[in-house]
Amino acid sequence: MASVCFYFQVHQPYRLRHYTVFDEDHRYFDEFKNKAICKKVANKCYLPANRVILDLIKKHEGKFKVAYSITGVLLEQLAEFSPEVMSTFDALARTGCVEFLAETYYHSLSFLYSRQEFIEQIQKHKETVEKLFGQTPRVFRNTELIYSNDLAKTIESMDQFDGIITEGADHILGDRSPNFLYRPPGCEKVKLLLKNYALSDDIAFRFSNQQWKEWPLMANKFSQWVNRINGNGNVVNLFMDYETFGEHQWADTGIFDFMRHLPDEIMNHPDNNFLTPSEAVARYDANEVVDIPGLISWADTERDLSAWLGNAMQSNALHEVYRMENQVKDSGDEKLLGDWRKLQTSDHFYYMCTKYFADGDVHKYFNPYDSPYDSYINFMNVMGNLRLRCSPLKTATTA
Amino acid sequence: MLGWEFPPFISGGLGTACYGLTKAMSGLGLQVSFVLPKPIQAKDFATHVNMRSPADITLRSRTELLQGKMQEEALLKNVKFETIDSPLQPYADPESYRIEIEELIRQKQSHLNESYFEETQFHPEKQYDYGGDMYSEVRRYAGAAVRLALAEDFDIIHAHDWMTYTAGIAVSAATGKPLVIHVHSTEFDRSGEHVNQTIYDIERAGMHAADKIIAVSYLTRNIIISRYGVTGDKVDVVYNGVERNGTSFANNRIGIKKNEKIVLFLGRITMQKGPEYFLEAAKKVLKVMDNVKFVMAGSGDMMKRIIEMAAGMGIGNKVLFTGFLRGEDVRRIYEIADLYVMPSVSEPFGIAPLEALNNDVPVLISKQSGVSEVLTHVLKVDFWDVKEIANKIVAVLKYQPLQMTLKEHGNFEVRKLKWEDAAKKCCEIYEDVLYETVCV
Repeated sequence: MASVCFYFQVHQPYRLRHYTVFDEDHRYFDEFKNKAICKKVANKCYLPANRVILDLIKKHEGKFKVAYSITGVLLEQLAEFSPEVMSTFDALARTGCVEFLAETYYHSLSFLYSRQEFIEQIQKHKETVEKLFGQTPRVFRNTELIYSNDLAKTIESMDQFDGIITEGADHILGDRSPNFLYRPPGCEKVKLLLKNYALSDDIAFRFSNQQWKEWPLMANKFSQWVNRINGNGNVVNLFMDYETFGEHQWADTGIFDFMRHLPDEIMNHPDNNFLTPSEAVARYDANEVVDIPGLISWADTERDLSAWLGNAMQSNALHEVYRMENQVKDSGDEKLLGDWRKLQTSDHFYYMCTKYFADGDVHKYFNPYDSPYDSYINFMNVMGNLRLRCSPLKTATTA
Repeated sequence: MLGWEFPPFISGGLGTACYGLTKAMSGLGLQVSFVLPKPIQAKDFATHVNMRSPADITLRSRTELLQGKMQEEALLKNVKFETIDSPLQPYADPESYRIEIEELIRQKQSHLNESYFEETQFHPEKQYDYGGDMYSEVRRYAGAAVRLALAEDFDIIHAHDWMTYTAGIAVSAATGKPLVIHVHSTEFDRSGEHVNQTIYDIERAGMHAADKIIAVSYLTRNIIISRYGVTGDKVDVVYNGVERNGTSFANNRIGIKKNEKIVLFLGRITMQKGPEYFLEAAKKVLKVMDNVKFVMAGSGDMMKRIIEMAAGMGIGNKVLFTGFLRGEDVRRIYEIADLYVMPSVSEPFGIAPLEALNNDVPVLISKQSGVSEVLTHVLKVDFWDVKEIANKIVAVLKYQPLQMTLKEHGNFEVRKLKWEDAAKKCCEIYEDVLYETVCV
């Protein structure tokens, strides 16, 4: 039996506006740019992709299933800038074939710096999903699929989740297959779903690459690759950014047509089916323990944290943010708390990455700044202003 | 090779570039005869080069020359220096030079038309103003270069910047060897829109007469194409390199307190380098930070105005003027600087930022510079955006990790810019030009 398990990550950060050391106001975010990008991605990806998924669910009468993890910061932006996308997600939620996962509301790296903040953000996200989509998430995915044994223990101790999603990185699996469920060491309850990065990246990264020997990738060819797993695996975890559809891979690459045909092709084989992460966790046993003492992620070829925590600027900026936690929370200022949390979104630190910067690769494509240095300067200027808001002395003088 | 300056007698990047390029060419085994226009007494200066007058060349043997400073000279073993007397002791009057040169130029069977020379010919009645002296110097240099060239055996003429173009054309005409001109800057960089027509004409003549043009950046290539009407296929870009230096000096913070940060402007204080933008940014920085000194190292025609401007802005005590620095002094100033700022309005390349990075000083450069095409681990601004310049200066001074990362990556990046690569590219261009000449 090979069960295909789709999970799509849906996220957009609150990008900062150009903020100099001479700025004194508390407007940190570039509303114009965020709105423009939100609307653009909605039109190119979210709306057409949701339409395709909804049609597929209807066509296959409950046999085609997918899962989403939509960050809190995107849900806020969609509600404000593209409410029509919210109604299509709502329609998907009501089909009963769509599962919503839990993550940190602010798409943050809080697990690395503050367990309290980490848990608070998960709770906030979970409550948001309950309110918007009427279901309680049972599977957790951490920002950028960052994971370690320690994260599993933290999640298990919350007693709210049955599964965790992370990367099926070669260096942790060795010769084992990502197509089974695993158990973290010392955990009784939670099971691990590991991304089949080879098949996932065939769709997410290589689909439109004309130098690739498999190009053009058709749904029937891809299904044959899935069929091969039949007999030596339970699940094929296809985890990717939702923006793959229409944004990373433009519509004219045929990505939507590929998706339209894929379920038929997969289910041509009688032993194949589609499951959501929760269903996969319920159906399949996790017999083996996979030990991941160090942190992994789904980024770059290194599958480590170096994209967010690879240089002195990133480390400094992250420490600055979490150093403020108590002051921000003690202030009782809700607006301040919200601003501080939006600054935790991992994208801000990704923009500061100097790795590969000179080569102009994928990092540059997603970067609103001309250089990692500009992004660090901007971020630190905002942090400087935010720190002033925390100081009671300042509040007293301005009041 | 025809040049105008060479270390340590330099006023800008041209001498540095000629030094680096010839040294690398020497390393590749290329024989270079470097013709300089000025008599130079090198004895008092620590340098690898013995500058000589033509008379010295006949009196001293090559081996004798090589004995003095062995190591450095070995690196330049294939470079021969020829100097031509200074304009202050002219051995001919401008009129006779005009005749001599124009006659030589007419011999050159190039695409130059006669009318150009009629328009730009030298007028004897203007000979005693500064400009007249410069132009007659240019021509005198050309005449002497031709005489030298006729006694030399070489394959190609490589002329650096406008002052040597006339000589390049003349030598090419006299010897029939192909001419490559190397554009380190144009009149538009130096003077904005207020171009000196005579210099422009000399530049234009050089570019059109040349068999190939080397530009120091795409920025400069674009100016050559759009402002001088040269076709693009004739212009190649060869980026400058930088000399790696491993020497370090003890801190020497004279007049500057230990806890003070230092922001450095190093370059000629002229319109082209944007010194007034540096001052305006300094004023903004001083509004939010106090323990900063702004050092302006260099001299130039705007120096007096800039000193007065600083005083007028009320930041006179925060801006130090060092005058023109060279050699050890430059390295010493880099040693104490926290940030190097180059707010150039128009900078064909800009070697100084490479040297700053080489000396572990982070760099802030204007986007209007050729060097910004090759550097990524630097801060970049529009020269007119003073608020942003100030914003970035403050950031570098305030945030240690930024300084660290810029230094680390910048220093690594600059090591990849080698004169050897520039020299190799020049060789390829030479080969192309020689091949084409043979084919024609």
